[in-house]
Amino acid sequence: MIRLFVLGLALLFAASLLVGSAGVGLPAPVILWQLRLPRTLLALLVGGGLGVSGAALQGALRNPLADAGLLGISGSAALGAVIAFYWGFAAAFAPALPLSGMLGAGLGAAALLALAGRAPTGPSLILAGIGLSAAAAALLAFALALAPNPYALAELTFWLLGGVADRTLSDCALAAPPIVLGVVILLRLGAGLDALSLGEETAASLGVSTARTMRGVALGTALAAGAAAAAAGGVGFVGLVVPNVLRPRLGERPAVLLLPSALAGAALLLAADILVRIAVLVLPLNAEPPLGVLTALIGAPFLVVIARRLGQ
Amino acid sequence: MIGVRDFSIELGGRRVLDHVDFSPLPGRLTALAGPNGAGKSTLLKALCGILPGTGKPDPRRVAYLAQGARAAWGMTVEEIAFLGRIPHGDRAPEPVARALALAGVSTLAGQRIDRLSGGEVRRAMLARVFATEPEVLLLDEPTADLDPKAAFSIMRLLGETAAAGRTVVVVLHAIELALRYADRLVVLDRGGITADGAPLAMLPAAAAAFGLGFGQDGLPHLLPD
Repeated sequence: MIRLFVLGLALLFAASLLVGSAGVGLPAPVILWQLRLPRTLLALLVGGGLGVSGAALQGALRNPLADAGLLGISGSAALGAVIAFYWGFAAAFAPALPLSGMLGAGLGAAALLALAGRAPTGPSLILAGIGLSAAAAALLAFALALAPNPYALAELTFWLLGGVADRTLSDCALAAPPIVLGVVILLRLGAGLDALSLGEETAASLGVSTARTMRGVALGTALAAGAAAAAAGGVGFVGLVVPNVLRPRLGERPAVLLLPSALAGAALLLAADILVRIAVLVLPLNAEPPLGVLTALIGAPFLVVIARRLGQ
Repeated sequence: MIGVRDFSIELGGRRVLDHVDFSPLPGRLTALAGPNGAGKSTLLKALCGILPGTGKPDPRRVAYLAQGARAAWGMTVEEIAFLGRIPHGDRAPEPVARALALAGVSTLAGQRIDRLSGGEVRRAMLARVFATEPEVLLLDEPTADLDPKAAFSIMRLLGETAAAGRTVVVVLHAIELALRYADRLVVLDRGGITADGAPLAMLPAAAAAFGLGFGQDGLPHLLPD
């Protein structure tokens, strides 16, 4: 199964290097190295980080609706990144962008777990996430309203729509270490998440500390989803959709879903990024639609499908 | 050897256990009985070391089944049983296969737990406990949701497990199951142990704890008011 995912990823990787918004074929070296390769690598990193974050959050919170985006963790990361943009930290010191994204995500995740209380499951958690999302969105809007000039406002808005186009290899190099570290932390939490599916007390009787597992999820998500949001803006729904698509095929045990969610998340975002380039080729558009718009268009109906399945 | 000495705990501002001494013995099936709120489940958790201020025993030696245990996800019965291997850090198939057979759910191994009946779920959760191959089994209401025949077979199985040298402690509401299968009956009432000994001899104390009459005809059952 894992081999199949890796093969699919390799095919998508090749396709992503060959498909451009100006046509399909082997591009000039400068385009390959400075445009196609960075966006391909960034889509892999961001998709993988968001996919495994979703699987880990759903496992930890025992709720298939948990997702870094829906729970406001991505929104907190975006707020952190916008603050770095806005105050010029990002211009003065490039790593300030992913760092402030991770800091925002970490604070968001910590606030969420604190708000949801000792047993963060079910409606209380989703409500806490809605509260966090709303607060992050309001502060973001406030920051936008204070934007120093129309160009800054346009730049911020475009970044918030989400995407991996027009990034450089140095953007990838900034995003890669925290995302990879976050993914590694989350992949190692399998046994803890499995034990938690039986409840906190049973997990404790199996020698698994809920608090330690939760801290691992918060840290791993802050790193992976935080740096992903700082690098790619508001790309949502990947972490929500991917584990839910995999569950009927791979089973529902949380540990089984972690690595496949990382791989499938990377594949999904890469495919979506290829799709926005094809959209320019085949539709009467004068620019690529933002990647975040496409993932939201795929993800929103999916949310309704999950909600219906839960209701049954 | 596990147990508590002079153990008291307050939960939510209420004293749930008050100066309790209790140690279960290997080779014995010990039943904890008493009315709702007497502190039976809390005593079991204290033995398991999952309450604040209680010592943490080795999870490979001591396994715990929570009251009404459910799984958050639609895992298969076999996946549930494999969770019992988490303390050992392995995924050894032999103990899991033995556990599934012991709990009588080998034929359900591939079934999703969320599509099973309450009794089947209880057996799957027991398979998870057996898969750990523990020396001490702490089981909170393992026969709830079971029909009488299934409850008898589970209790017989637990009796055999104890006879094989394990320590088995069971919280039971069904006092007749304790009379029939347990080697020792511990009666709890309002946070304290009011009786501890051979089950039949403890029946008057159990009747008093439940606030019920006790059959004067010498038959071991509790009477309604």
